[in-house]
Amino acid sequence: MLGIETSCDETGVGIVRGRDLLANVIASSMEEQARFGGVVPEVAARAHLEALQPTLAAALAEAGVGLADLDALAVTSGPGLAGALMVGIGAAKGLAQATGLPLYGVNHLVGHVGADLLRTETDADRGELELPTIALLVSGGHTSLLLVRDLLDDVELLGETIDDAAGEAFDKVARLLGLPYPGGPEIDRAAASGDPGAIRFPRGLTAPKDRDRHRYDFSFSGLKTAVARWVEAARDRGEEVAVPDVAASFREAVVDVLTAKALDACREHGIPRLLLGGGVVANRRLRELAETRAADAGVALRIPPLALCTDNGAMIAAIGAQLVDAGRPPSDPRFGADSTLPVTRVQA
Amino acid sequence: MLLALDTSAGTSAAVVRDGRVLARAEEAGTRSHAEVVGVLIADALAGADVSPRDLDGVAVGMGPGPFTGLRVGIAAARAVAGALGIPVLPVVSPDALALGRAEPTLVVTDARRRESAWTLYDTPDAEGLPVRRAGPAHAPSDAVEEAAAALASGIRFTRLDASLIPADALGLLAERLLALGRPLGPAEPLYLRAPDASPPGAPKRVSA
Ligand SMILES: [Zn+2]
Repeated sequence: MLGIETSCDETGVGIVRGRDLLANVIASSMEEQARFGGVVPEVAARAHLEALQPTLAAALAEAGVGLADLDALAVTSGPGLAGALMVGIGAAKGLAQATGLPLYGVNHLVGHVGADLLRTETDADRGELELPTIALLVSGGHTSLLLVRDLLDDVELLGETIDDAAGEAFDKVARLLGLPYPGGPEIDRAAASGDPGAIRFPRGLTAPKDRDRHRYDFSFSGLKTAVARWVEAARDRGEEVAVPDVAASFREAVVDVLTAKALDACREHGIPRLLLGGGVVANRRLRELAETRAADAGVALRIPPLALCTDNGAMIAAIGAQLVDAGRPPSDPRFGADSTLPVTRVQA
Repeated sequence: MLLALDTSAGTSAAVVRDGRVLARAEEAGTRSHAEVVGVLIADALAGADVSPRDLDGVAVGMGPGPFTGLRVGIAAARAVAGALGIPVLPVVSPDALALGRAEPTLVVTDARRRESAWTLYDTPDAEGLPVRRAGPAHAPSDAVEEAAAALASGIRFTRLDASLIPADALGLLAERLLALGRPLGPAEPLYLRAPDASPPGAPKRVSA
């Protein structure tokens, strides 16, 4: 099974055999995006078109297989940036016509969960993904909390961000602090020597009044504004901004909310399992706090290898392989890009 | 034998061989490219009663046209060609409409945001192939003819508005260009417009 992923700024092509990972090649337009300080949809879509065929060829070479060895194709149909998704769908449909292979349109967010099914040479002893599980999926494009009872038939969205994605917040705050794009690793680096308790930044949607409607939703735009105010106030006083302290305190506010809500979901639903996914998992402090809090709560924490956490084609292929195994027919040939595809629709 | 594909306006697919059109399939919608591109390729191949393995190349319209749709056809064409190990044959999309027109012609297609893409053609050359006099370029939709006339050096032209670039004509043109050893279109899409984004300035102040 070959999977194509183009929902945001990474062009990913992965090849799997059942649950064995054979290839996972990713081309990123991050360098081009860096000029703009964030993901510009048109820049991403142009980069996908340029990167797709080289990435596809590289994946086939890495797996040591030819198109004739494939049994089926999968492509992300949503959620994501519509123009970016359409490049992958166009390529996948062309490939399907040329090869006669069946094509499955796959949900990107469920793909992040499916990534954990994949076995690589180095983590064969990581054990099996057990269901049901809570899944926290955090990237520059999404911040979602899922309850996964069955990968193909029962995925429920518990909550998601109502404004910025967590990754976007990292990028925007990095800019405020004069740090380059992408913000995640920069904030991480700056925060290393800072005091996470130096400044108490707000935790979005954690007030008692938010408990009913937004218990599992996230909001990072107020936090971003609070950091901006703090920085401006310090500069107005003629003080030098203590970048490490601001970075550490900001990061702490983000990962505190993310992990607190994820573990709250584990507790409320009586599910002692939490899976992390998405590019922000690269953040060291997020992994650390998730580990501590999961251990305290008796929750088993699973984090797929980082190359499978960021957006990639292998996770899309993994879901495609599950769909084939379950005997599902290919997607309607007229499926399109759905930028808001709900998690309840695993297949387009 | 060529598969031809264009998504610079509507979506059109065709199969041509030796100057003959074997099949053509199309949908006029300007926002359904990703949905229909696969089935239209399938319809064209089935209509021509050929298998993908019989193809020698894939002609594809490189625009200009609304970018999101334009990319769908190019991505699909590259994937088909890559999978079959045959060349992609890029063509300037409006050239397909100018093919076979004896008089100077202004081809106009939608470019969104109240702009149109236009290309002005002279009378065909000795081989009967389109000769671009000016364009392709973008202009405000209500000022296209003025923009073209400014570069027309007084020649009179007929205006041709199109909501679809017929892939059969595109394929026939690619065949002729190949046979005559003429240059094909550009390898990358004719965007004619930079991404709508600018490098960020200093962060805006949020406190009073
Ligand atoms: Zn993602």
